[in-house]
Amino acid sequence: MDLALAVGLQVLTGVAMLVIVSLGLAVVFGMMRVINLAHGEFMMLGAFAAVLASGAGLSLWVAMLVVAPVAVGLFGLVVERLLIRRLYGRMVDTMLATWGLSLALVGGMTMLVGNSVSGVSAPLGSVAIGGFRTSGYDLFLIGAAVALSLGVWAALRFTRWGLVARGTMQDAETASALGVAPDRVYAATFVAGAALSGLAGALLAPLSGVVPTMGAAYIARAFITVITGGAAILAGTLSASGLLGTVSTLGTFLSTPVLGEVAMLAVAIVLLRLLPRGITGRVFRRAL
Amino acid sequence: MATERRRLLKLAPATALAAPVVMARAALGNDPIKVVGIHDTSGGLDIYGQPMVACLDYAVAELNEAGGLLGRPVQLINYDPQSNIQLYTQFATQAATRDRAAVVHAGITSASREAIRPVLRRYNTLYFYNTQYEGGVCDRNAFCTGSTPAQNVNKLVPHVLSTWGKRLYVVAADYNYGQITSKWITKYAREGGGEVLAVDFFPLDVTDFGAAIKKIQAARPDAVVSALVGGNHVGFYRQWAAAGLKSAIPMASTTLGGGNESLLLTPEEGNGIVCAFSYFQEVDTPANKAFLQRFRAKFGARTPYLGGELAMRTYTGFQLWAEGVRRARTTDRMKVIEALESGVSHDGPAGRTVLDPKTHHATVDVHLAQVADRGFKVLQTFPQQPPSDTASVCDLAANPGSNTQHVVDVRI
Amino acid sequence: MTAAGRAALHIGAAAALAAAAVTVLPGALELFALINATVWAAMALLALSLAFAWGAGGILCFGQTAFFGLGGYAYAVAGINFGDGALAVPVALAVATLAAAALGWLMFYGRVGDVYMGVITLTVTLILFKFANSTAGEQWRIGAAPLGGFNGIPQTPPLNWPGEPDNALTPEQVFVFAVLCLFGCYAAVKLVLLTRFGRVAVAIKENELRAELLGYDVRAHRLGVFTIGGAMAGLAGVLFANCVFVSPTMFSLAYAGQVVIWVLVGGVGTFAGPMAACVALQALTAWAGTVPGFDPNLLLGGVLLLAVVAVPRGLLPTAQSLLVRLRPRPRRRGAEERPMAPAE
Repeated sequence: MDLALAVGLQVLTGVAMLVIVSLGLAVVFGMMRVINLAHGEFMMLGAFAAVLASGAGLSLWVAMLVVAPVAVGLFGLVVERLLIRRLYGRMVDTMLATWGLSLALVGGMTMLVGNSVSGVSAPLGSVAIGGFRTSGYDLFLIGAAVALSLGVWAALRFTRWGLVARGTMQDAETASALGVAPDRVYAATFVAGAALSGLAGALLAPLSGVVPTMGAAYIARAFITVITGGAAILAGTLSASGLLGTVSTLGTFLSTPVLGEVAMLAVAIVLLRLLPRGITGRVFRRAL
Repeated sequence: MATERRRLLKLAPATALAAPVVMARAALGNDPIKVVGIHDTSGGLDIYGQPMVACLDYAVAELNEAGGLLGRPVQLINYDPQSNIQLYTQFATQAATRDRAAVVHAGITSASREAIRPVLRRYNTLYFYNTQYEGGVCDRNAFCTGSTPAQNVNKLVPHVLSTWGKRLYVVAADYNYGQITSKWITKYAREGGGEVLAVDFFPLDVTDFGAAIKKIQAARPDAVVSALVGGNHVGFYRQWAAAGLKSAIPMASTTLGGGNESLLLTPEEGNGIVCAFSYFQEVDTPANKAFLQRFRAKFGARTPYLGGELAMRTYTGFQLWAEGVRRARTTDRMKVIEALESGVSHDGPAGRTVLDPKTHHATVDVHLAQVADRGFKVLQTFPQQPPSDTASVCDLAANPGSNTQHVVDVRI
Repeated sequence: MTAAGRAALHIGAAAALAAAAVTVLPGALELFALINATVWAAMALLALSLAFAWGAGGILCFGQTAFFGLGGYAYAVAGINFGDGALAVPVALAVATLAAAALGWLMFYGRVGDVYMGVITLTVTLILFKFANSTAGEQWRIGAAPLGGFNGIPQTPPLNWPGEPDNALTPEQVFVFAVLCLFGCYAAVKLVLLTRFGRVAVAIKENELRAELLGYDVRAHRLGVFTIGGAMAGLAGVLFANCVFVSPTMFSLAYAGQVVIWVLVGGVGTFAGPMAACVALQALTAWAGTVPGFDPNLLLGGVLLLAVVAVPRGLLPTAQSLLVRLRPRPRRRGAEERPMAPAE
């Protein structure tokens, strides 16, 4: 019983981590049809922002939840102005340009801070569940994933910005005829996505080492989750994270971490073969 | 961390500067003796590589200040393979065919050693491997000056069994070092009346150990023995402490402290983890204290923490090679090998190190220590431990053509 | 000039270049530089394989390294088991070709879209990377060959003369072999484009819907192009295994990314461009790696960014159209106006 509970909790944590890692990428992809391959490096910047800010004496929570998303959001604004804006509608070119950005960020950051692993310790201590102990931070991550999903849902569903954004996403021309400037909607969306990426990096910083190359560990997972999920931002991310996270965590339990990840990637390929438009290309099509 | 990297980059010109001074003193027209070092000073293994390069730089500078070798200055060329195995091969080829180095001191992981060892053998370039490893290399062109399982695991596991209990859980890095070391752990555990409940392997890029930590708890071991390697795996100790298991299940490691991992862990995360190496910076001997004083005088505020043996073995390995050259009166590879096989030893900060002619391994002092507030506290010292594991399978005097790594048959 | 005439001219020029390389370089270069040159030739072949799949077939493959690595691993495993490197080459080619055919079938017959194709190929190479990385245990061996996990297979055997397993090729001979392979593949892809199959493939790349409505089998042609590209990448892997050794990095994201960069910078739709870009960028990163404190990734990323934003068509086509603009020849149609044949 305890074991089942512990495994269940670990699966939830795995799913939550995938949601956190993918959400920023999903927002940008779902709204703008732009795949930001520098997403992992945006996370890396968020993690560094959090580590530096907490090292400078700020409370870790402020550093993670405020400094990181704001800093990376601002960086996203610059990237949108200088780069993404020139490439709208050229999906493959955007992918390649952001890939270049990702390499340049890894290189630049390595020159700035060196290629050594730094990090922060996880706050919140530990919790006993039956005979098992688990990190309180794992539970916090599950909560954070739920809160982030609810936040994105509420923003899209209830705010004026969400309405405008959804309208622009469905039909940019009509939206523009109705007096919305698609440019500004896109810019805002990209900034929001970047901020989410930065937040994700900061949230994961206590779990893994913070190093300029850390983005590579996440980008593939995020990318595959978002593509497998399909165009609907929330429904896609949640369904794909749920499926892939479960497969990967159970695989890790039953065999090794590597085979867990291999199983997850294999499931993603089979899914894409069966549903070439992603999960939400077939089901939950009208979902957000 | 940033300053540390830049410092190391600045250090290279510093040693280069020392050379012309010596050249002026030595006879004109004497070419410098080229020594190549290949160690990762970036990437996941930099926690080992940076102190190793600092020690090699220091050893060369010290030698040049004392007048060089055979009246010639020593020129050190450092390459950074960035924790990438293929760059190791590339740099080893470069060292042998372009730099024509007299000796190559290189390699941290066993994977890197097995990548460069064949290259240097093919191009007839002498090779020194200066880290603790899983033992068994039998190659006349290579000298392994670090400690091996018969020297360190053999001390660590009995200590764990007698202090904490008989049921062990092993977590290890997923490459030849972890695979073979975990067998040695199993062997010594059996011999001591204990059992290994399970062995889990993790590739070097794994950072999330959540599931593994739950698996360990489900097995309820008396102690965990870790052979995890590199910066990413430091996450294991962090997550272990975050899950509150630090006080519940004690831990020993064959690798922690090889580099500066202990610095990356807060006292709450690290304290009490037990390790065994042939050197700790905290070893309390006059020779070590004098060395550390000189070392600090040279590097000042940027002195790296040496931790366990990897950095000190690099210093010692260089001294052993220099002694071989002095005895051979030449840098010619075969003559130096023969000189090194004539029973060379070095008395230094790590105590006495004696090269074993038959195995090209070293007899060393071994210490058992536990992590204490980002450093180590030495618990016990075992003087002059021979490399008996490699000696049981390798005799280069009888088979000088040997060129393999014997995976010592651990009967499980 | 006719398409066939132009192709003959290009192949002739390439033959002259290759002949010059194999006669001059082995004597002129130091051993180390020669080994490096062999690696570059292997990489240029990898660039050519993607230039063909992407440029002639319009297949966006982010995971060309999957076949590169499979070719290398198959060569090493077969070579160790046979004790004969020459016999291992056909095995390696067969493995890479079959893998490309299987993956191609999965994608093209599943009607997977552009971007999704990129994702699937990238995922496959990542799976192989993860898998190869986890084979350190001694239970992972094929015959006499341990897969070695993170270590790779340092005992990858060198090529030897066919039928003489003990007569290994010298580094000079390996270099000559690599240059011959590169030239042979270049000539082959040029000739393929002259055939009916090649022209249909290019037509499909230009307008998939139109080609399909005209009755051409889009799926089969794409599969053919992709498989040929995979086979060439496998051969590149064999060459690479000969001068370095095989290890999981052959499948890594970094390598996969580099190939795309070479093709993009050189010019999608050309063959000489990506090969030249490959050699130039490798030289540039090798040089950047020696500048203390400089990270080659910054350079590589910067080049890719600039290429996408400033010269989206790649260097060679841009240079060509500049030339054409400088010397306007109204009667003759410039290469860039003939989308049916890859501009060169």
